[in-house]
Amino acid sequence: MAVVPSTRIYEGTRIPHPVPTILEVDLEKHSLEDILTVNFGPNHPSTHGVLRLIVDLDGETVVGIRAVIGYLHTGFEKNMEAKSWWKSITYAPRIDYVSFHANELLYVLAIEKLLGIDVPRRATWARMALAELTRIHSHLVWLGTSALEIGAISMFWYAFDDRDSILDLFEMAGGARMHARYVQVGGLAEDLPPAFTAEARKFCDQMPKSVDEYEAILDRQAIWLERTKGIGLLSAEDALALGQSGPMLRASGVNWDLRKNMPYLAYDEVEFDVPVYRNGDVYDRYKVRMDEMRQSVRIVRQCLDRLDEMDGEPWVADDRKVVLPPRHELHTSMESLIHHFKIVTEGFTVPEGEVYVVIESPRGENGCYIVSDGGARPWRVKFRAPSFAALQATATAVQNCLIADLVAVAGSLDPVMGDADR
Amino acid sequence: MVDPARLEEACTYLRDEKGFNVLSDIAPTDYLGWGEQGVSGYIGSASGRDLNVPGSQGLARVPDPKPTRFSVSYHLLRVGDDPARLRVQVWLADGEPVASLVPVWPAADWFEREAWDMMGIPFAGHPNLLRILMPEDWEGHPLRKDYPLGGEPVRFSDED
Repeated sequence: MAVVPSTRIYEGTRIPHPVPTILEVDLEKHSLEDILTVNFGPNHPSTHGVLRLIVDLDGETVVGIRAVIGYLHTGFEKNMEAKSWWKSITYAPRIDYVSFHANELLYVLAIEKLLGIDVPRRATWARMALAELTRIHSHLVWLGTSALEIGAISMFWYAFDDRDSILDLFEMAGGARMHARYVQVGGLAEDLPPAFTAEARKFCDQMPKSVDEYEAILDRQAIWLERTKGIGLLSAEDALALGQSGPMLRASGVNWDLRKNMPYLAYDEVEFDVPVYRNGDVYDRYKVRMDEMRQSVRIVRQCLDRLDEMDGEPWVADDRKVVLPPRHELHTSMESLIHHFKIVTEGFTVPEGEVYVVIESPRGENGCYIVSDGGARPWRVKFRAPSFAALQATATAVQNCLIADLVAVAGSLDPVMGDADR
Repeated sequence: MVDPARLEEACTYLRDEKGFNVLSDIAPTDYLGWGEQGVSGYIGSASGRDLNVPGSQGLARVPDPKPTRFSVSYHLLRVGDDPARLRVQVWLADGEPVASLVPVWPAADWFEREAWDMMGIPFAGHPNLLRILMPEDWEGHPLRKDYPLGGEPVRFSDED
């Protein structure tokens, strides 16, 4: 299948001109007709956090829109520059607080690329398992909240019930339900507990049934179909021009997944399919995410099999200049004590250079650009946030839709405001 | 590395002839104080030993100098049958404008606004170059190296 489809969702481009992210009402229309300007958010329960949309309405039709972000800007990038490398890892998962393992992994992968350190395979497969669990977790949160916003209230409770079992798995692995800082430079902070794979298998048996149930609830519901089909259209060409990624692209017919097209970790060794849908509407974005959850379960299963085979292998690189020595050695080995002290106080140094690492996070292309001057602290950290890019598509996707559909469209972009504002 | 004057031309060529159809990110970097003492990793001072200065560091290693204060890195991506990534970099002095890439990739809109807001890089020809993350009346560009951490003014703190 060709990567970029030849079929068109609509003719030409719908990206507004001259500002691609603002749909403007011309002044004449504004003065002659009855245009009402409504401020939607930032504190509105259906804007996924603190997204603010300034909407011009002609009756109930959206004729103008401007997205305003920045209400959750916390200066992560500036703060990370002031911390040593190993301390700044804790900031990464808090940026996108719904797919925390993905961000943590991304930042650590970037540091590892500059360090040129080899990661043991057990750590790589455990990271993949956690990354895919994170994808399911993120899609469940998306499903629950987005369905809630367009009236399917019970979905929220079902989705958060399953989400809780994933958080239990995270707690088992890393000790914390969210933001565990479990991924370390060189591998993992600790080995996976012995019972992890068995517990994760139980979840893998349950999850596909749950996804079937969710689809059974939503796919045969007239209201859900009415409110999602043919709404929030985005063609493949417009999606690419607007820098969209992940489920947004795949719902518009672009067969693009970094795990397949530019594999990292060990994604080239697992079997999975990339779901692609062609209509570019809210419904297709929902279908892509549902199918991705099934595929993620498939990947997690393969990871667990491999992890069982690798039981007892090292989970972290044996590089004493970067990785903390095992705790028990501190009482007997002076070398280990010195290494421990040096890493904890001044931190390890990272060779001079700049690197841009990208992974397929639940929301799409999640990139991290880091610059090191050879010291113990990052010179510059820049995250390419998929939510930030997704919100650029609001003005294109909501054209001629109704105010009520606006909620469905904004939800289908799956923005996490912490990620967009950083 | 591209001459700032020819950036738009170069990027149009990369998009049309080389198939780089997605602008993945725009990452500006401030190199003020790069390689001088007191910056990241160079905790040592020239005048002598400080208890807080680790012996293995200090001024022993100095990174390669950079041409100008700011760099802007454009990360391009080719979505297609032969995927590829490319970094296009321009080097700018403080306040030196660079052409906006909104006509080439509409995705540049917010990325350039963020670069303006955080680093103060002026993009010539951008249709709507306003602050995006900070409030509109904010002073300064927070990610610049001469902007202090915690440099947020606290209202009423020095008023009697």
